[in-house]
Amino acid sequence: MTPALCGLMVAGLLDDAAASAGKVAAIANTPPGFLERTFDFDKSALFCWLVVISALVLWNIARARRGMKVTVRHIAGLDAVEEAVGRATEMGRPILFVPGIQDMDNVQTIAGLTVLARVGKTTAEYDAQIEVPTARSLVMTAAREALQASYMSVGRTDSYNPELVYYVTDEQFGYTAYVSGLMVRKKPATCFYLGQFFAESLILAETGNAIGAIQIAGTAESSQLPFFVAACDYTLIGEELFAASAYLSGEPDQMGGLRGQDFCKALVGGVLVVAVAAATLAAITGSAALDSATGFFRMLVGA
Amino acid sequence: MSFLERLDRIDRRWIFLSMGLAVAVPIIVIGITGKTFPEVATPTTRGAFDAIQSLPAGSRILLSFDFDPASAGELQPMATAFVRHAAARDLDIYCMTLWAPAPPLLDETIRKVIVAGHPDLVYGKDYVNLGFQAGNESVLKVICTDFRQSFSKDYRGTPVDQIPMMAPIKSASDFDCIVTMSAGYPGCKEWVQYIATPALGSDDEILLVSGVTGVQAPQMVPYWPRQMRGMLGAIKGAAEYESLVNEFIKGSNPAADIGPQFMEAQRRMAPQLFGHLLMVGLIILGNCIHFGRRRALAGGAP
Amino acid sequence: MTRKFAMLLTFLAGATMVVSYFIRPTQSWGEDVAEWFNVLAAIAFVLGAANLAKVHLERLSSRSAGWGYSVIVLLAFGATMLVGLLKVGVHPQELAPTVAFSGEKDASGSAFWWAYSYAMSPITSTMFALLAFFVASAAFRAFRAKNTEAALLLVTAFVVLLGRTFAGVVLTGWMPESLSFLRLENLATTILEVFASAGNRAILIGIAIGVAATSLKIMLGIDRSYLGGGS
Repeated sequence: MTPALCGLMVAGLLDDAAASAGKVAAIANTPPGFLERTFDFDKSALFCWLVVISALVLWNIARARRGMKVTVRHIAGLDAVEEAVGRATEMGRPILFVPGIQDMDNVQTIAGLTVLARVGKTTAEYDAQIEVPTARSLVMTAAREALQASYMSVGRTDSYNPELVYYVTDEQFGYTAYVSGLMVRKKPATCFYLGQFFAESLILAETGNAIGAIQIAGTAESSQLPFFVAACDYTLIGEELFAASAYLSGEPDQMGGLRGQDFCKALVGGVLVVAVAAATLAAITGSAALDSATGFFRMLVGA
Repeated sequence: MSFLERLDRIDRRWIFLSMGLAVAVPIIVIGITGKTFPEVATPTTRGAFDAIQSLPAGSRILLSFDFDPASAGELQPMATAFVRHAAARDLDIYCMTLWAPAPPLLDETIRKVIVAGHPDLVYGKDYVNLGFQAGNESVLKVICTDFRQSFSKDYRGTPVDQIPMMAPIKSASDFDCIVTMSAGYPGCKEWVQYIATPALGSDDEILLVSGVTGVQAPQMVPYWPRQMRGMLGAIKGAAEYESLVNEFIKGSNPAADIGPQFMEAQRRMAPQLFGHLLMVGLIILGNCIHFGRRRALAGGAP
Repeated sequence: MTRKFAMLLTFLAGATMVVSYFIRPTQSWGEDVAEWFNVLAAIAFVLGAANLAKVHLERLSSRSAGWGYSVIVLLAFGATMLVGLLKVGVHPQELAPTVAFSGEKDASGSAFWWAYSYAMSPITSTMFALLAFFVASAAFRAFRAKNTEAALLLVTAFVVLLGRTFAGVVLTGWMPESLSFLRLENLATTILEVFASAGNRAILIGIAIGVAATSLKIMLGIDRSYLGGGS
């Protein structure tokens, strides 16, 4: 039995349990049972998805650890990291890294910092200079930790300068103004924008374009992707940002996780296609069976 | 260097100047003539208007000002129109914000719309300003179950227990309608995720309406009309809604004076039109250069 | 050791958030964790302010390039903090007229409010407005029909740009009601509600799965690269 099928069955069972519990409580006017008081059955469909997604990711990680080969398609933006750092080194100009404008509670910021750790390693190896202005104090602290560990891992602790990772301001456009000014004055050869961005994305990317920097951007903020695509040399679109860490490290754990993500996407895509087909056919044929199937899919997505 | 090459490498400051003129000239002309374009409401805007219009007088409406001065150009006209609409419909108005820089904007809107336009409305009875609460989406998670835990005092420091209109408010589901005017995070998406979606299909289903910036609109459209009953997208949505509200106010009181401060969004549509036309022109020019150079290259090839 | 402690803390905070979402008696735990983060972030403000002052004072003392801007930053930072903390120009609240400092720092007419209204507000609005200029420049440079996909994108852009203004009404308003779906304003709405919405949903699903998988890996300590140095 596949994990997906298990998930579907559990979802059905949990919702049945919730519905039954609800009916019993209503009819007998008795206080809700222990299970109903403890578990939020309204979220049972979501819980099942959580279990299935976690299981698929962990299962693939375990398989990768056992030696399964995972192939990842080339992501041009990540392939270009080494070339971009090398270019900055040759030109004797700094590298600018912007980890978004959100705090450490944002998973995009963390994804940005994982890439910073990898870029930091390459930078340390090339003995290039990297500057990281941050919009949040906690991000500054975490970025310093990540960068220091990267420099240490390649034995270049002496080259690490914590002063180049600093806090600017929490204010969105105050930060944008500072970074734009910095770009115009210092003319970095390479600019990385990896994290969550809002309206400042185009201002930063266009300024970088004007100074002739190689620009690599990545965000899961879909509304900002068109701006990065238009103005940057390479853009990591949505989930590619989360795949960056695995892609750059090539570690089995990370690669297995990536494969797990793809399995999840295939599962969600499959469910969507089947659900849409069932709903369409139910509307056309008026079949009661298909209507029940549609109802089941609605329940599955918590609608 | 050929003419096309020179044009292709044009100093971008010329483009900036063109855009400056495309926006500035209409602003000046509208400032002098006071004329605006007529607006036809799109379904998302109509949904927002109808949602508020469907509320009986005395219903409770919560307005969340989730933006800052930077995005006020797009969102302030929406905020003004929402407050005017709610006041004209005799709704009980509750204002709050999840953005630290927003309280002065909120205060200004109340003074401009309610204090100046509806002096009969009483603070604490007909409207209340709950101010800013730090914590982003965690505030929303809390108000789902206990509104007072997040907002124990109003903007002036008065305990909410002493504010008559706060008496029936225990959680977010006690509001008949919630409106968020959002410029980013935390904003519309978080209201959908933590307030509207959990209540979907239940007896406490929440009527959520939003006003968002242009870049956010495509991202938020998937939530319309199920999670959000209506949505104003960018200044265009604001202009459409403003026009509907002005029509409604004129309809209920033909003597009502619609001043320019209540036509801010409609007045911004002309600069928007000329800005867009310039963009279309620039794109066409860019493509002419592209094809011209490609042809020249093909012609010159051996 | 520090690294192991950080990972343990990450796991505990993450697990609490997940458990509190589904298990009713623990629902307030998740809110508590979020509160802890807010407290940490608030404390980090002090760290940020100290770092800001340090960086700019160093630039000033070393007279490095752009030191003049550092003077402006330090003056603006000091002045804003001072008028905010001392509540310069703030009148006591109506409820406590005799209590000094009882008014809000950003009350109308105060020095902080003045700085907000006449400095911060126009400056940030100007920065935001820059987008119009950068969009025009980017459109001229990057929006070229180099292949079929780009050509399709170009046509879509024209429809949306014209359909979202009065130009749409002028150009296609004459169309009869039976063909009203072809009017530019209606086409723009259809593009937004159908095509853009479908694409956005697909991207959102991918992102959501990416977020879930990344969070799981971070929580379980499988991905430690954000702490630096890989696994």
